[in-house]
Amino acid sequence: MSEELYEVEQSVPPNPVEEFLRMDRMPHIWCPGCGIGTTVNCFVRALDTSGLDLDKVAVVSGIGCTGRVAGYLRLDSFHTTHGRAIPFATGLKLANPELKVIVYSGDGDLTAIGGNHFIHAARRNMDLTVILLNNGIYGMTGGQVAPTTPISAVASTAPYGNFEENFNLPYMAESCGAVYVARWTSFHVRHITKSIKEALAKKGFSFIEIVNPCPTLYSRRNKIGEGLEQMIFYRDHSEIRNGADTKTVGMEFQGKIIVGKFVDRERPTYHGAMMEYYQKKLGEDFVPSEEMRKSIHAENRN
Amino acid sequence: MHADPIGVLTGAHFIDGDHACSEGAIAAGCRFVAGYPITPSTEVVERIAERFPKVGGVFLQMEDEIASSIAIQGAVWGGKKAMTVTSGPGFSLMMEHIGFAAMTETPCVYVNVQRAGPSTGLPTMPAQGDMMQARWGSHGDYGIIALSPNSPQECFDLTVKAFNLAEQCRVPVMMMMDECVGHMIERVVIPSAEDIKIVPRRYYEGPKEDYRPYEPERDLVPLMVKTGDGYRMHVTGLTHDELGYPSMTVNAQGKLVRRLVDKLKANAERIIEHKEDMVEGAEVVVVTYGISSRTAVPAIEQARKEGFKVGHVRLVTVWPFPERMIAELAGRIKAFVVPELNFGQIALEVERCAGGKARVHLVSHAGGTVHQPKEIYSAIRKSVKG
Amino acid sequence: MKQRAREITAEKEIDLMTTSPVKQRKLNGSVVIVAERCKGCGFCVEFCPQECLELSSQYNAKGYHPPVLTDRELCSGCDICGMMCPDFAIYGFMKKKR
Repeated sequence: MSEELYEVEQSVPPNPVEEFLRMDRMPHIWCPGCGIGTTVNCFVRALDTSGLDLDKVAVVSGIGCTGRVAGYLRLDSFHTTHGRAIPFATGLKLANPELKVIVYSGDGDLTAIGGNHFIHAARRNMDLTVILLNNGIYGMTGGQVAPTTPISAVASTAPYGNFEENFNLPYMAESCGAVYVARWTSFHVRHITKSIKEALAKKGFSFIEIVNPCPTLYSRRNKIGEGLEQMIFYRDHSEIRNGADTKTVGMEFQGKIIVGKFVDRERPTYHGAMMEYYQKKLGEDFVPSEEMRKSIHAENRN
Repeated sequence: MHADPIGVLTGAHFIDGDHACSEGAIAAGCRFVAGYPITPSTEVVERIAERFPKVGGVFLQMEDEIASSIAIQGAVWGGKKAMTVTSGPGFSLMMEHIGFAAMTETPCVYVNVQRAGPSTGLPTMPAQGDMMQARWGSHGDYGIIALSPNSPQECFDLTVKAFNLAEQCRVPVMMMMDECVGHMIERVVIPSAEDIKIVPRRYYEGPKEDYRPYEPERDLVPLMVKTGDGYRMHVTGLTHDELGYPSMTVNAQGKLVRRLVDKLKANAERIIEHKEDMVEGAEVVVVTYGISSRTAVPAIEQARKEGFKVGHVRLVTVWPFPERMIAELAGRIKAFVVPELNFGQIALEVERCAGGKARVHLVSHAGGTVHQPKEIYSAIRKSVKG
Repeated sequence: MKQRAREITAEKEIDLMTTSPVKQRKLNGSVVIVAERCKGCGFCVEFCPQECLELSSQYNAKGYHPPVLTDRELCSGCDICGMMCPDFAIYGFMKKKR
């Protein structure tokens, strides 16, 4: 009856995600209920509709569970050292500014050991898209405390609970100079996709924080359920406040999560400013690299 | 292939070793430098900062040495030749990334203008205390190349050579200068661009589907590709297979790491360089490198005047160490004399390779200044007398 | 010069996942489930806006219960399940009209 009007399953389209993944490396290593794979779905869908030449997209990650994302994407990808994805990405981008360089890594990697590089790349407005997955813990190494672990949460190196104030990452990113700052949770799949698309199109240091469950370590040790319970929690306790003052979006243990696009502003990019400045100061003596010249020309045309 | 004329300041210059190193890098085609100021290396990046905008290069002063040492590797994968410059404390910070370059086979150049250590030490004074660190500083097994210039002219020439060796062998290459050579001002002749031989990056050019990023060629070195050319490669510091995929197995480890170590042995002939003087028929051979090679000369000449048969071997390539040459020499002579501005680093290698066939006299020095020739002369005398 | 963002104001967000299911029959969506990849996290079941997925009583080689489509005519093909699935084990699509 209802089947008459519609074709049956022979014309099933392939999973749109698979073209972007190294399917020869599946299944991945992430735990059941971990949201990293969810964010990869969003990332891939954003790439798919971004109009970018995928050959020119490079993903750089660090060490940690989220750091493994680079290895599963069928793009030029780099799994670098702990905390140093951003400077590697900086060198890659400046060698060939036509590349779209994305940093995809975890909270410990990017803001603990990598904190220094994070603030300087934001300060310089390096043209990178930074996707940070924040699970409030060091998952890969067995659940140690992170700068993003909320107060009172338990971790293997904070067995009595964490008493350190945790980072408010959007506030940090904004104050360091990021031109695009957004936070979502793994639950907000369509918002994440939209944000990633906007960040990819945006010139400068774009930062997206995605709050993500770690069922095996964070959730289990803190007795807050599994991945699913965390996702339900995100759905029920997050509040979308676009344009919120980033000072106010700090997170507490199992507290309200303010999500949204907080900052979207304009600043000259590092390489844009560099080109303009040298042109002004050196005039005819200025010889930009071939790649730099091509990229600025392309950017000006758009 | 020869140098791009845009970067080559052909002619005679009166410049110091640091500046000669900058010019060598530019002549070699280096177009990305990320650095951090540290005495006595800072002049290298200062000159680069001034010259690069005029020759198509990009220079960034990064927030620290750790960032510098990995940013250059990003630039290499983006298609550029890249270099960073530092001294002892920064060199220590860069060790993790030197290992990463070795593991991922990223060709790049690390310049260490050595100063007295350990720790903050004597920032403005020379030493040669990082020689073992250059070889073994990062964790795990891998191979590197280290060159040791003894004059500003060599700072130019060997920097060019460093880039060429890096591309040939896909390893990080250490330019082990020292404060004395770095700050010494001497005549440096930069040849014309056609006379400067450059080794271009060895890129894969076959069909994309057949590309295997870490499958070695006959000389144990795999071919590279550039990000953005559609090869969709994966590069990781984890132990990996020929596809570059993490392969956490004992087999993969054995295969990969053995090759990382062996590829330098396989290419030793074209890497190792040393200079010999009157080694034939010598009873004692003085083995030197860097600035100590120059302070040894008056001592050797004095000893020869007094009738002693003293030979002089100056290591230009310190790593890989010329094991065969030293072992062979040990069978023909009484003793080696090794003056170094440290408490015995390359002397240990000489001893190891001599295999007990000849004695090894170390002329040690804590650093801060160079040897007095008479110290080296007494060591020569003592070693002849036995 | 830093400029404050232009159009960022509180938007009225209509979230498909928090509205009630459309109980209209004869919707033309479907899903493909790669049962062996599923790790039984339950995201797809919980967040399907049409509430037409449930974990099967059968299990795959790893011992997890993959989802099944309970009512084919309820599936709108919205692919929320596909976007949520961390294991790339399910995706939704719209069947083509003849």
